[in-house]
Amino acid sequence: MILQTPSQRRDLLKRSRTVAMVGASPNSTRPSYFVFSYLRTKGALDVTPINPAVAGIDGVKAYPTLAAYAAERGAPDIVDVFRKPADAAGVVREAIAVGAKSVWFQYGVIDAEAIRLADEAGMDVVVDRCIKVESARFDGGLATGGLNSGLISSRRR
Amino acid sequence: MFDSTEHAAELFALRTYGNIYSRIGNPTVAAFEERIASLEGGLGAVAFGSGLAAQLATVLALAQAGDHVVGTASLYGGTVTQFTVTLRRMGIACTLVPPEAAAIAAAMRPETKLVFTETIGNPDGNVADLEILARIAHDHGVPLVVDNTFASPVLCRPLEWGADVVTHSATKFLGGHGTVIAGVVVEKGTFPWSGGKHPLLSQPSPGYHDMNFAETFGEYAFLMRLRTEVLRDVGAALSPMNAFLVVQGIETLALRMPAHVENALHVARFLRTRDEVAWVSYAGLDDSPYRELAAKYLPGGAGSIFTFGLRGGRSAGRAFIEALELWSHLANVGDAKSLVIHPASTTHQQLTDEQMSSAGVRSEMIRLSVGLEDPADLIWDLENGLRAARSAVPA
Repeated sequence: MILQTPSQRRDLLKRSRTVAMVGASPNSTRPSYFVFSYLRTKGALDVTPINPAVAGIDGVKAYPTLAAYAAERGAPDIVDVFRKPADAAGVVREAIAVGAKSVWFQYGVIDAEAIRLADEAGMDVVVDRCIKVESARFDGGLATGGLNSGLISSRRR
Repeated sequence: MFDSTEHAAELFALRTYGNIYSRIGNPTVAAFEERIASLEGGLGAVAFGSGLAAQLATVLALAQAGDHVVGTASLYGGTVTQFTVTLRRMGIACTLVPPEAAAIAAAMRPETKLVFTETIGNPDGNVADLEILARIAHDHGVPLVVDNTFASPVLCRPLEWGADVVTHSATKFLGGHGTVIAGVVVEKGTFPWSGGKHPLLSQPSPGYHDMNFAETFGEYAFLMRLRTEVLRDVGAALSPMNAFLVVQGIETLALRMPAHVENALHVARFLRTRDEVAWVSYAGLDDSPYRELAAKYLPGGAGSIFTFGLRGGRSAGRAFIEALELWSHLANVGDAKSLVIHPASTTHQQLTDEQMSSAGVRSEMIRLSVGLEDPADLIWDLENGLRAARSAVPA
């Protein structure tokens, strides 16, 4: 199912624990490093880089493929895709093969076939959203930056 | 305190959210920012120390020396000098044109970075055709920036009509009581900043260790650069106490705006019946040339700031203002109390005659900002003023 609403994304993040980030970069100016670093230091999600070019990032062991990750750690709750759109369908096939429950396509990672494959495999799918931004929407981080969380509540976040 | 050196480093690198230094962000200011973003239907907001600071920062987030902006002609006098004098000194050219499709399209250049207008012009009271302006701006690959100070989001939400960025002088209706100077920028979050027309957002920025804002922050690129580079470097931060006062004002905005509109209509209709009054320019009146635009964009009313002309010109205007007891002779607008001013000798005095006439300012023009008092008291005072104006004119 393609998740369209903030509450669907909140529920996905709430029930997930492990995130395999395909394309996480050790380069500190890259968006994929930003998101990896945010999730790692925030601590609510257990994030692992999937990148054959590196042994690890900031002390977290990297795996070359989703299959290698799954062999040691089991299926990830979320496969977060930081790859060019043309590579996205291939990532989804690997995600399906390891039994991942959901796939998250980051900003600009928009590929119709990849979305269709994931949706038809029964996965929860988030498209053209940032997992860091959506996490921050629900934990109060966005509001700290004057950004509209879309949540109107009298409760302290 | 920062939790650790790592936490501090993550904050400064913009890799995590949190409070770093109050010039860049503050929890009380953020509460104001999120609320106005929510009211305008925007992605987020960045507050500034004044409306003019908010406006300047918007331009600086998108344009640099060698670039160009287009504005509609009947803008607030302070905006006109900011755009035509201060921006020009910084190497950013500005063309002010009548708010007509052909004139705006003709003013667009390859280096144009934005189109700027006001929902309701100050002081002319003209209503912008937001959909048409947005279409022209977007056809040229640039955003439409709309100052929504005179309408407030209660009367108009420009982002819903195609605008990309909204600015406010929160000093006015948002604060609501003339007690605080504040400004804010709201962005919709749908403009394609990575389209290549705005390299300040889509190219590596030397101001933030070569970060590419569009790539790193996606839809948040403009707001992030506005805060972490422009606000950081310009320093025009809103004080938290002032943000608190604006937030207090916003709590009653939805009650105040309809009351302002009702009083304004009452006063405008009264003035139109008087012989001493040559003309009344209020988009809320049935015979206004802006009646149709107001019906479309301002169905809840055309605000409470408008102008009228006294027969007898300058001397009648002076006698009128000096005879008023209840109306306050002040340069601000959008206050709970009623305000009156003669723009030609005050807010617009630094404009050339040509700029004045293109901004719709005439020498006999009186600007009113109708407040929340009992309308009978407002009319009583105006009657006294009009009597004085009549005696000031030699028969």
